[in-house]
Amino acid sequence: MKLRRPDRGFATPDHYVLTNSRLIKDIPDPDHRRLVEQIRENAAETGVTLFDLGDERQGIVHVVGPEQGVTQPGLTLVCGDSHTSTHGALGALAFGIGSSEVTHVMATQCLWQRKPKAMRVSVEGTLAPGISAKDVILAIIAKIGAAGAVGHVIEYSGSAIRSLSIEGRLTVCNMSIEAGGRAGMVAPDDKTIAYLEGRPFAPKKAEWDKAVAFWRGVPSDEGATFDRDVSLQASEIVPMLTWGTSPEDALPITGRVPSPAAADAAKRDGIKRALDYMDLVPGTPLDQVAVDRVFIGSCTNSRIEDLRQAAEVAKGRKTVIPAWVVAGSGLVKKQAEAEGLDRIFREAGFDWREPGCSMCVGMNGDTGLPGQRIASTSNRNFIGRQGRGVRTHLLSPAMAAAAAVTGRFTDVRRLLA
Amino acid sequence: MEPFIHLTAIAIPIDQANIDTDQIIPARFLGKPRPQQAAGFFHDTRLDPSGRPREGVTLNNPAYAGAKIIVAGDNFACGSSRENAVTVMVDHGFRAFIAPSFGDIFFGNCFQNGVLPIRLPADRVARIRAILHELPGAEISIDLAAQSVLGPDGLSDRFEIDPFRKDCLLRGVDEINLTLGYEKDIAAFEARQRRELSWL
Ligand code: SF4
Repeated sequence: MKLRRPDRGFATPDHYVLTNSRLIKDIPDPDHRRLVEQIRENAAETGVTLFDLGDERQGIVHVVGPEQGVTQPGLTLVCGDSHTSTHGALGALAFGIGSSEVTHVMATQCLWQRKPKAMRVSVEGTLAPGISAKDVILAIIAKIGAAGAVGHVIEYSGSAIRSLSIEGRLTVCNMSIEAGGRAGMVAPDDKTIAYLEGRPFAPKKAEWDKAVAFWRGVPSDEGATFDRDVSLQASEIVPMLTWGTSPEDALPITGRVPSPAAADAAKRDGIKRALDYMDLVPGTPLDQVAVDRVFIGSCTNSRIEDLRQAAEVAKGRKTVIPAWVVAGSGLVKKQAEAEGLDRIFREAGFDWREPGCSMCVGMNGDTGLPGQRIASTSNRNFIGRQGRGVRTHLLSPAMAAAAAVTGRFTDVRRLLA
Repeated sequence: MEPFIHLTAIAIPIDQANIDTDQIIPARFLGKPRPQQAAGFFHDTRLDPSGRPREGVTLNNPAYAGAKIIVAGDNFACGSSRENAVTVMVDHGFRAFIAPSFGDIFFGNCFQNGVLPIRLPADRVARIRAILHELPGAEISIDLAAQSVLGPDGLSDRFEIDPFRKDCLLRGVDEINLTLGYEKDIAAFEARQRRELSWL
């Protein structure tokens, strides 16, 4: 197939790559090896830009796009992956599509769409120390539910969102899909523009000025109205984690495992089923639940700031359970190594691995064992997501590091104090 | 693509809300060729770790054999964009899904494969599921042109559908060819984009 605009296409292998080798020949499953070879062949044939295995720019597509300056305000950006919502953090309209629609876009540079509904989620105030973007988005999903934003694009606004770094905004927008929203976005501002300046695929010189002028016009108008408005107070957000099998099953670390008996009838069965799968007893304080394994990575939380936050907790401590750190891209890994974060992690007993999706979805073979309880910085705690029978709890990088050094869920604020 | 006009078929109920596409086809089946993906269909829901069918799972009940319609809970097929979630169900014979709401990406992917996702009010969907549990093997009739669903209780409901999507399904059109018919408009848009957003 001939692509209409190959220069607007970008590719990187992420789901099927190994995290202990950079060599295609080491991929044990022949079907998976073939897929990683195919992306190389297809990119050469079609002319799309490839950040290939072995290139330091390779990584999880949603880490690579913003990092390379491919993601820009005002763009419509699509990818055959639901977490394309991540890119909205830079003010792009970015959403995941299926493979047929990807083909359609490649052939025509178009997509048939109806205007979605608009939802505004405002978070006002100041986040307390130890509270990260991950806690913010988990609190939002807990509030509106996993289907809360179906049919909507979410705009995140308010002083707490504006005060987040671009990396934090990427984390928030990433999980829009877990709230049912197909896209999430944050209005571009000075931080967005500063973030993009000098990135390889960002416009240069006179084009840069022209682009910035356009980007300044992208934010919603003052007084814009939304189909739905939701607001949260930043000061009320504490470290969060999920207890169940839907991302909406999120609670503060200070909470207890919920009881089906206390829930309304419509929810009772679902809670019971989730607790059975998760092997949790109602009423147990969440910070007394023991963890078997820790995964720090994924397109939600594998950027340099995430690694810094985890390293701050890991520093000078020792892991008591197996714990992995998987940087989101080769460049994030390199940056972390330049800052000495890899040494902190290694000395604390963490496994420091090569970039890719890894245990977020386990398609490359990085899975847990049946029955294992994993503290994970990824975005989905679905049944079997990290391997058959694996129990996934979602939390922030700092909270994941805290679990790694204590062997149970721990309020990271206690370790930071 | 095969047009979708009428469908009268056995319907199978799936009660839980937020059934994600990882349940419909676990990730470990995705890298395989399509014929081998068929085994992934609700694999971990249907089978226990030793590969034996689990008892009490509706999907294993032979009374629903040959079902072409799934009647599901809220937010059906949320999560991952994997189009395999649609194709694996198509390969198991399903042509229509009825739920109070769907994962947005799955909803779009259905139309790419000539299958019809139908939204009906939650209480009506719950009622239909209850009847299907009571009368396994009962049929539902869908008439796309009339936008109506005739339930197993003989009651009919009208559903809403985007007119563009409806037309594409009824005619079984290939979307790429359809879009390429708008070449002049696309070229004009691109020319303007080159002027106004010249860095792209
Ligand atoms: S890190 Fe996980 S959620 Fe993100 S793209 Fe990879 S598999 Fe998908």
